[in-house]
Amino acid sequence: MRAKIHVTLKNGVLDPQGKAVHHALNDLGFAEVRDVSVGKYLELELDGASGQEAEHRVREMCERLLANPVIESYRFELEP
Amino acid sequence: MKCGVVVFPGSNCDHDCYHILKHIMGWDTRWVWHKDTELAGLDLLVLPGGFSYGDYLRAGSIACFSPIMKAVADFAGRGGLVLGICNGFQVLTESGLLPGALMRNRSRSFICKFVDVRVETGGTPFTAACDPGEVLSIPIAHADGNYFADEDTLKRLQDNDQIVLKYCDASGNVTEDANPNGSRLNIAGIVNEKRNVMGLMPHPERAADPALPGADGRRLFDSLLALA
Repeated sequence: MRAKIHVTLKNGVLDPQGKAVHHALNDLGFAEVRDVSVGKYLELELDGASGQEAEHRVREMCERLLANPVIESYRFELEP
Repeated sequence: MKCGVVVFPGSNCDHDCYHILKHIMGWDTRWVWHKDTELAGLDLLVLPGGFSYGDYLRAGSIACFSPIMKAVADFAGRGGLVLGICNGFQVLTESGLLPGALMRNRSRSFICKFVDVRVETGGTPFTAACDPGEVLSIPIAHADGNYFADEDTLKRLQDNDQIVLKYCDASGNVTEDANPNGSRLNIAGIVNEKRNVMGLMPHPERAADPALPGADGRRLFDSLLALA
């Protein structure tokens, strides 16, 4: 099973990298870009657990290590 | 005073800290390897600056699962003095021993320069010899020093007098211009509620040897001297 995890800064937390990319895109003429957030993407290959158990385990991984809940939020998908 | 300096893979200010504690302050100082699990007999533990585990994932995030960190939490719980400098501060926030988080600098750049910080409280073992309002000139050297905490946490820090150092101008005015990295409330250093765990981004160990220009960092070590 594979977990695809996205970690981004929470709403309201200043994202200096996102701001820089936003400005650069606007400078390139992509005026339609209203906001940019830069985050991390992780892929985990998992053995064993499936379904709810895997979801529970991945959530715990995110809470304990992969995201810092003070500043970051996360979301993930599980693929067989 | 018996001191320990923790060495993580990627620590690079460990020798500076060791030098100041042992040779300048004259304290009994030993190395503490990150795989050690024993801190018996120590009074002060320093988590030095550097790039533990290459700053992978987030600065300090992997180091806080080193074997030694369980012992550090126990040591802090027993009232032992813990000083986290720069990466050490990041490790302390990641491990939950101090509130908040240290984010990428507002400028996105690594900043290495002397800054002025104002001592907000003398009511900690780390600043007991300082006058409140005293301005110290101490270098910073970081890319991730932008202190963030939510409004409730900031209020709690203020109400409990836990903000120890704020970035300021040379006259001690806490202004936006004097904020090098975007930290909330210009915060450069804080203590925990029990006041025995301090984290700060500036490097006092780089301004504490009389052979080098700038000795204001010595004020923090002199404060600890009163306990020695």
